[in-house]
Amino acid sequence: MIIGVRKEDPPGERRVAATPDTVTQLQKLGYEVVVESDAGAGSGFTDDRYEAAGAAIGDADAADVVLCVGPPERLDALRPGATLIGLLSPRFKPELVEELAKRPITALSLDAVPRISRAQSMDVLSSMANIAGYRAVIEAAHEFGRFFTGQVTAAGKVPPAKVLVAGAGVAGLAAIGAASSLGAIVRATDPRPEVADQVRSLGGDYLAVAEPEADDAPDTGYAKEMSDDYNVRAAALYADQCRDVDIIVTTALIPGRPAPTLITAEMVATMRPGSVIVDMAAANGGNVEGTVPGERVVTPNGVVILGYTDLAGRLPAQASQLYGTNLVNLIRLMTPERNGVLVLDFDDVVQRSMTVVREGELAWPPPPVAVSAAPAAVQPAPEVVADTPSRTANPVVRRVGVAVAAAAMFGLIALSPAALQVHLTVFALAIVIGYYVIGNVHHALHTPLMSVTNAISGIIVVGALVQISSGNAAITVLSLAAILLASINVFGGFAVTRRMLAMFIRS
Amino acid sequence: MTIATAATAAYIVAALFFIRALAGLSRHESARLGNTYGMLGMAVALVATIALTIDDGIDVPAFALLVAAIAVGALIGLNRARAVEMTAMPELIALLHSFVGLAAVLVGWSGYLHVERHPGGTEAAALAREDMLGIHSAEVFIGVFIGAVTLTGSVVAFGKLSGKMKSAPLMLPGKNLLNVGALVVFAALTVVFVVEPQAWALVAVTAVALLLGWHLVASIGGGDMPVVVSMLNSYSGWAAAASGFLLGNDLLIIVGALVGSSGAYLSAIMCKAMNRSFLSVIAGGFGLEAPAASGGEQGRHREITAEETAEALAGASSVIITPGYGMAVAQAQGPVADLTARLRDHGVQVRFGIHPVAGRLPGHMNVLLAEAKVPYDLVLEMDEINDDFGTADVVLVIGANDIVNPAAEEDPTSPIAGMPVLEVWNAQQVVVFKRSMATGYAGVQNPLFFRDNTQMLFGDAKERVTDILQALKHLTPTREKAGTRS
Repeated sequence: MIIGVRKEDPPGERRVAATPDTVTQLQKLGYEVVVESDAGAGSGFTDDRYEAAGAAIGDADAADVVLCVGPPERLDALRPGATLIGLLSPRFKPELVEELAKRPITALSLDAVPRISRAQSMDVLSSMANIAGYRAVIEAAHEFGRFFTGQVTAAGKVPPAKVLVAGAGVAGLAAIGAASSLGAIVRATDPRPEVADQVRSLGGDYLAVAEPEADDAPDTGYAKEMSDDYNVRAAALYADQCRDVDIIVTTALIPGRPAPTLITAEMVATMRPGSVIVDMAAANGGNVEGTVPGERVVTPNGVVILGYTDLAGRLPAQASQLYGTNLVNLIRLMTPERNGVLVLDFDDVVQRSMTVVREGELAWPPPPVAVSAAPAAVQPAPEVVADTPSRTANPVVRRVGVAVAAAAMFGLIALSPAALQVHLTVFALAIVIGYYVIGNVHHALHTPLMSVTNAISGIIVVGALVQISSGNAAITVLSLAAILLASINVFGGFAVTRRMLAMFIRS
Repeated sequence: MTIATAATAAYIVAALFFIRALAGLSRHESARLGNTYGMLGMAVALVATIALTIDDGIDVPAFALLVAAIAVGALIGLNRARAVEMTAMPELIALLHSFVGLAAVLVGWSGYLHVERHPGGTEAAALAREDMLGIHSAEVFIGVFIGAVTLTGSVVAFGKLSGKMKSAPLMLPGKNLLNVGALVVFAALTVVFVVEPQAWALVAVTAVALLLGWHLVASIGGGDMPVVVSMLNSYSGWAAAASGFLLGNDLLIIVGALVGSSGAYLSAIMCKAMNRSFLSVIAGGFGLEAPAASGGEQGRHREITAEETAEALAGASSVIITPGYGMAVAQAQGPVADLTARLRDHGVQVRFGIHPVAGRLPGHMNVLLAEAKVPYDLVLEMDEINDDFGTADVVLVIGANDIVNPAAEEDPTSPIAGMPVLEVWNAQQVVVFKRSMATGYAGVQNPLFFRDNTQMLFGDAKERVTDILQALKHLTPTREKAGTRS
């Protein structure tokens, strides 16, 4: 089959759905790749580089599989039976879903990948959010008239910038990491207390709003709308922070709903002039009162609110590369035979969830997928009957056992003739010595240990030697056989040990 | 000082040399010296015993035969030792155990012919005076029993390890009952023999012991062989010790006890490394409870090519290799050593993580890697390296399965639950070399293969490692070229 890579229609979209690297990988899966002329120009990938990677330059819309970032403006250009894969946002664009369903095509939306670990490698929202979070901090730093890091210079002391990140999802964590590596003091809020460790691991301080409430709703891996009570307490926290911080990055999104308002106009009014707010939820209504999607707004008290909706696209080369890799992973999943034939498997929950239209039939919305982000949700296994006996026996039983064993040994030895007792003494002491000496043997030398014990257990030759001179022909024969066998052990064992030990060299 | 007292003194010196020999193995640096001490001890013991034999008035033809037997044995032994492949070490060791077992049987039978066969003879009368005649009979019996079990057990182990017998466990109905029954018969026959030393009882116990040894090892699967071989090592020691009791020879007793406790200690380490009791290993392999757990959530594995692996290795700063028995089977240790050397030349830290039961013999992997010239200070034990997987960029799992199975830690229903394993999944990237998606010895599915950071490299381990080496040559120019470029 032929895969087509479209040049994106909106003039502001600089990303592309495949890079020269991912083109190579697509070809390995058995596909031919056609790239529209200048498709990669926005990301810095020239047609020459695609051609060098093995792609043809031509009409992408006529391909069997069309890869895009945003949906194409002219859906009619698609061939009947074609498969369209891109960021189609079916949740927010019902009219697009309707349009797609009118045509004999199949459409998959990458932003509908379920949040299960197997699908992580195709989760475009995560990979784009990661880039956007980073870029949000860079945009803020660009607007902010000061250093992020604190310094003591000859020209005076510079305090470090204070950054508040609202929402510690993928974007929030990326923002925390970027801001703290620039040297700022970073704080983060999130309704999910389990992210506190992740926040700390990236250098931020986690601000807990209050104790979380119990919830029964199926967990979809995303944050949910919080209760009123919680929101009141959160508002108090944000009001406090607004008076203190210089930069705010908000990332709170709830799938399928308008973004929650976290920062009110009054809170913004309390911020110092020159402060910067980046509202990453601007496209969905914004977390900040006064945000204008896609615009830079300056409030009367001199606070800059950035409502850019194309943050990921502002790092086009990086975004194209991650997006392209997500696509390759999806196509690999859908090409089980590695033969260049795309197969849509509706039994696979990942593919089912992403499908908006299948061969002209509306498949949206998909059945919900309950996922558990926390492994703790696994049912505790029923009590397992271990086949190993418990090592930590009852101490009383143990002591009794030791006492019985000692008494039995005492009785046995006390009843033995004197000549045997001497040998038993030697035997008992040798076992103890053996145990401690062997316990010290280096683990790496266990094979030489076995071969050397093989050799020295050939000492049984001594026993055979003692017997040989008894004068009885049968005994002589048996002894000679024993001597022969034991000699093999003695000489063979020592020689092979020597050979092995000579191999061990130090670097 | 008579010859006899001199010999006793020599025996004590020899015994001390043997202890020194084992103590020498505590460090690589002193190991070779330790082996020399062992040879020295053996020489002292042999010279003393031969002197004792001459003192006893051995006739010339018998002495000539004695020397000839030692010479032939030495020749065979040295020849085998020179020729043996390091991958075949388990077989050789099993075979050597069987020789000790057979020698113990022969010594026991000689003891019977020497004393009990002639109840009116001088030897028997002398023992009877010390009230030792019954003890002697028991010693003959025990010696023959342990020796015979060691003999057939080792022969079967040898057969399984060398592929001459199939390594799947033999499942006779009521096999545990058979084992216990053999022990009961042994005890009963011992009583009979002590009361009235009869040849038929000795023949019977030899037969029972031979069957027991055969059955004991035949019913244990190939993957449990490290335990079996060290168990047989232990038995061969006890057989020698029993002979020592029989002959009243302290040197034999001491050496037998040393070897016996050595084998027992190794068996215990192996059992602990599999989180199983010694009895459960003897009572049979994993096969019984495995099928129930082998289904379950499997998921999708991802493949990687040798070229991509080479790229990952070239870009890594820390690499850990965890080999298993599959590396030995594929004879991949040579290419693995070359790969190690090449990566180290380019400043990549390479280390090996060895699970105690990797391979078919305790310490087997270490010997194979040493033979391939991997410096031993790169080869670490599980406990030494387990915490470092988190900082490793790439882990190569070569021919290992159960010993890197996260189910052992995470799934309490798994048959291998609780077994200590190498925590390879903590690394950035794990590449698993495997011939197919088949399960390991324990028959348990390995969730490692379906992890996000795991990729599978299918095919013969030796060929794949060689492919990686080839690819690496293109990626990382050799040091000479690098020198001219900079």
